[in-house]
Amino acid sequence: MERTEAELIAATLQGDAASFEPLVQKYSPRVFATVRRYARREDEVEDIAQEIWIKAHQKLSSFRAEAPFEHWLMRLTVRTCFDFLRKHQRNREAAFSDLSEPENDWLERCGAQPDSASENADAARSLIQRIMEKLPPQSRLVITLLEIEDRSVKEISALTGWSVPLVKVRAFRARAEMRKILARITRDKYL
Amino acid sequence: MKLEQMRQKLLSAARAETPADSVPYAFEKRITALLQSQPAADSWALWARALWRAALPCVAVMLLIGAIAGLSSTTNGNGNQTASVEEFPQDFQQTMLAAVDQFEEVW
Repeated sequence: MERTEAELIAATLQGDAASFEPLVQKYSPRVFATVRRYARREDEVEDIAQEIWIKAHQKLSSFRAEAPFEHWLMRLTVRTCFDFLRKHQRNREAAFSDLSEPENDWLERCGAQPDSASENADAARSLIQRIMEKLPPQSRLVITLLEIEDRSVKEISALTGWSVPLVKVRAFRARAEMRKILARITRDKYL
Repeated sequence: MKLEQMRQKLLSAARAETPADSVPYAFEKRITALLQSQPAADSWALWARALWRAALPCVAVMLLIGAIAGLSSTTNGNGNQTASVEEFPQDFQQTMLAAVDQFEEVW
């Protein structure tokens, strides 16, 4: 008979590490999909996912079962991803001189006729990836959660541990920073 | 150029791309093996480690207080030197136990 999540958690807390395995198996796809929003290299993704599960095991006693295990795990996942972003703030100061030809074309097209530029182009996807990498960690996190994953401010507050006003302030700043980066790219390109 | 429009276009591109949810082969087995290989947390060992770590700051505080006591006795005049050295332990004890004294007074 298949054991319930509560039974698996209770058994894990009593020292049976094998009972944790079904939980890892069930929720790992969700964890990996979330982590892939913040890390590109697959070895980094694996390391972060591993860290999340080790932390989840260590902190399992703090899980109160008032909310589903998945919510608790996703909070841990988002916070670990945020720690990763803070530790790896590389290439933020690098210039945009190395834009590829499709990226340049996409910018030109969007600059001349915004409606004609496709949203599904690979160039647009790689451009947004570059811009996200240039953002400070808290801005990247808030833009990802709010504008890419379409989460509410309240949800973001619960996931990150930031207050609702702080989420709003950080979202406002993040949008301004994105526009600033875009302005810089277009200025670098056209001047 | 409408930067906000461009920003929205790029965000739509990001929204359109859903990250893969694939998990490496036998990932859960690896995590279980990792957890089973970790030594169980020994609370006595943690306590002993914490005490050893606390020893150095305690020695530093002791030396600092000794140095302050020594300096304060030399900076005073000769006549007051002995009195100052004698009073220091009492003053120090009074300062450290001020909270306890106040608590006793209240009750």
